Amino acid sequence: MTFVAKPRIHHPNLPVNELGLTRRDYEGSVSTLCAGCGHDSVSAAIVQACAELALPPHRFAKVSGIGCSSKTPSYFLNRSHGFNSVHGRMPSVMTGANLANRELMCIGVSGDGDSASIGLGQFAHVVRRRTNMLYLVDNNGTYGLTKGQFSATNDKGSTSKKGIPNLYEPIDLVSIALQLGASFVGRSFSGDKRQLVPLIKAALKHKGMAFIDVISPCVAFNNHNGSTKSFDFVREHTSSVVNADLILGQPEITADYAEGTHEDVAMPDGSTLQLYKVDADYDPYDRIGALNYVQKMQEQGQVATGLLYVDPDAVECHDIMETTGQPLNELAEETLCPGNDVLASINQGYR
Amino acid sequence: MEQTNIFDPNYFHKVVDCQYACPAHTPVPEYIRLIAQEKYTEAYMLNWDSNVFPGVLGRTCDRPCEPACRRVRTEETPVAICRLKRAAADNKGDVSAYLPHVPEQKNGKRIALIGAGPASLAVARDLLPFGYEVHLFEQDEKGGGFMRSQIPAFRLPEEVLDEEVDRILDMGVHCHFGQAIDSMKELMDQNFDAYFVGTGAPRGRDLELTGREDVDEYIHIGIDWLSSVAFGHISEIKGKVIVMGGGNTAMDCCRTSLRLGAESVKVVVRSAFEVMKASEWEKEDAMREGIPIINNRPPKEFVHENGKLKGVLFECVTPVRGEDGRLRYESSGEPDEFIECDHVLMAIGQDNHCPWIERDLGIEFDKWDCPNLNEVTLQSTNPSIFFGGDSAFGPENIIWASAHAHRAAISIHLYCQGKDLINDRPPEGVNLLSTKMGVHEWAYDAAHDPAERHSVPLVEHESSLNNLKVEVELGFDAKLAAQEAQRCLNCDVQTVFTDNLCIECDACVDICPMDCISFVDNQPEEALRLSLTAPAQNLGQDLYVSGELKTQRVMVKDEDVCLHCGLCAERCPTNAWDMQRSVVHIPQLGSFGE
Repeated sequence: MTFVAKPRIHHPNLPVNELGLTRRDYEGSVSTLCAGCGHDSVSAAIVQACAELALPPHRFAKVSGIGCSSKTPSYFLNRSHGFNSVHGRMPSVMTGANLANRELMCIGVSGDGDSASIGLGQFAHVVRRRTNMLYLVDNNGTYGLTKGQFSATNDKGSTSKKGIPNLYEPIDLVSIALQLGASFVGRSFSGDKRQLVPLIKAALKHKGMAFIDVISPCVAFNNHNGSTKSFDFVREHTSSVVNADLILGQPEITADYAEGTHEDVAMPDGSTLQLYKVDADYDPYDRIGALNYVQKMQEQGQVATGLLYVDPDAVECHDIMETTGQPLNELAEETLCPGNDVLASINQGYR
Repeated sequence: MEQTNIFDPNYFHKVVDCQYACPAHTPVPEYIRLIAQEKYTEAYMLNWDSNVFPGVLGRTCDRPCEPACRRVRTEETPVAICRLKRAAADNKGDVSAYLPHVPEQKNGKRIALIGAGPASLAVARDLLPFGYEVHLFEQDEKGGGFMRSQIPAFRLPEEVLDEEVDRILDMGVHCHFGQAIDSMKELMDQNFDAYFVGTGAPRGRDLELTGREDVDEYIHIGIDWLSSVAFGHISEIKGKVIVMGGGNTAMDCCRTSLRLGAESVKVVVRSAFEVMKASEWEKEDAMREGIPIINNRPPKEFVHENGKLKGVLFECVTPVRGEDGRLRYESSGEPDEFIECDHVLMAIGQDNHCPWIERDLGIEFDKWDCPNLNEVTLQSTNPSIFFGGDSAFGPENIIWASAHAHRAAISIHLYCQGKDLINDRPPEGVNLLSTKMGVHEWAYDAAHDPAERHSVPLVEHESSLNNLKVEVELGFDAKLAAQEAQRCLNCDVQTVFTDNLCIECDACVDICPMDCISFVDNQPEEALRLSLTAPAQNLGQDLYVSGELKTQRVMVKDEDVCLHCGLCAERCPTNAWDMQRSVVHIPQLGSFGE
């Protein structure tokens, strides 16, 4: 926690993006999380990703639930719309916002308690519905706000600060997301912005449900020897499969990659998703393969990171429901509320 | 890149840009903090230790510290360091309890100081507490040298100068005032143990032009004229005045003329405005008083009629930047310009001049009449004779005189003790003290103050122009000084990084407002500078490189625009970052006493 406010002044050569904004313009209030919290790095990664993509901050809706993770939307994009909702209910509020205004860019931030315990049902259903959003989980395996109990994502056998092992199987949010229909699934680490920032950029530009599980160590309660979500453990046990990047416009060929390891995917808005396969055999378009791979790695005590699965042509909630193409607030009153006659004729259709 | 050795006294000293730029290495941020705490006396004495004349320098210093101030790189205008120094001097209390003890029992060594300017006075101050018998020889009736003779009273009131000169004389200097030394040989016959020459650069340059000889009466050498004004021999100048030259002496000449009743005053300069030698603020002061500065006009001829000066004819030139980046001047094609005048003040430079030193005493001089000196020890080719101030390497300013004096005093002491002047000098050193006082408490005001530089209040225009003795600048009052003090970035409170404590959580990288910190793969410096979060393009500022971290990366901090706000240390969960005050020890004779 910091009492000294971050000065407004910035580096004289700080770049300005196409909107005339610097990275600093995408920041939020001063974080009140513990010094060194991984969540602050995730917020910084979101700030950097949005600034680099030159996205207009006022077109964002950021929604969260309850917990350390859910405090973080205050710490990025202070010029956007935000809603700090009830514990585990971020998906409902986000869905509502997205249905009302499909042009908003939606970021939902949640934690392992918020999504894997109290909000597991909400999580499952928002993924099923394929709401067009970035669902980001700051996953530290512990209930930091209540002083360090095991959370539902804590690995079996991983120990508490006092050395007591966890007795229960972990919930793997990545596997659930893959299984229930997310069209973009990634995992990363708060301590590796080189991987995380491009992944967030790709997810923000993805049309459909994009889920990123970010392992974000809790420096206060879960960063000791024996923890499987500590900085050291994660650094030693991650293996990246596919690194993603998103560039605006057509890519320039800048580096040589071994055949079959680099692929450009054109995105609907003209930008390009670039995939760099670290593991040449890995197929990021194969959902079942991804599911198996993630499970297998977990069995070996390894953490698979990077872009695990993407379906660039996926449908999203609005497509499935065949909703109107315009945000509701742009519709005239007579369109939005066509009156009793229309209601009567709809009702008549069901008789 | 190699890991940075932060225990090298030079490393953190260089980060304190102001102190590093100061020839006397005055610990600027420390005294500014004392001013903020209203400890003016302590702030004054800290200055006095380093630069000997804080009251004088707070008004007249050439301020090499200010262009160096980090604030110039972060927000354009530097902290008003010089005027804060004056605020300490103006508001201080009784300093007698802080003065060094001068022993009754002398050490038997007698030292002669020639010229009672800042250099000699500072040498006297350094030597007296060590029991030396110090004899000061001066041609004028009072001490102070060019601080008295050439700096006009409207910039430096006499009582300020007297106070600081007398403080040294009262320590027990044997004064021989009103005695011009016209033979070094005769002085040496008195068998002093060592001699220090601090006679300045007393010869003002003249200009040999057509008509110069015929109008001698109307042409005055700037520094001699200022000196005559200072000692009351001249009290008016009538008619139209042209001041030739673009340095600080020219600015003093023109402003003094205005106060002595000149009908009009113009400064005419051979070169372009931006390359004039005068300090920015001195040019501004002159222009604010309505004095025009006319540039790109080399003089051609003094025009006279019946032995009376009518004016000066100037050539018109235009500056052209050559391929080497230097300005050259070409004829602009305009006809020569005639400027009418009754007097010309010549302020086109000064030279060293020691006709009173016989050339057979073993003191070698170069072709510019400067002595051949060892640059570290300031010893001449005659081992018992030392030089300092302007007489050493040519015209500089008071702060250089203080700096020379400390070095010369060490040398004189070593010489008198029969020690080696190079190998036995006390070394530089650095101490680092943590400023951490609690979880979020630091022993300094870490928050960054975005305020703009406060300007110094001036006396009302009319009253200052009518009286030579009315000081133009009123100085900061306690409130303004406190506000300006808050602008200091505390560059001496260093960001110290302990690599084996770091868990590479990135908290410091994320919070740093200036993007100074990066965790990257190590590379040679050139490539490393480009690989940082914000590329480090200011090659004059060092990179702080840690040892290798767990991920085989290194922490690299670009010192260039760090605000020393302490947020990296606030945000560090493991105290790998700490804010530690660096105290750089610059050797003085006092260093022996500790």
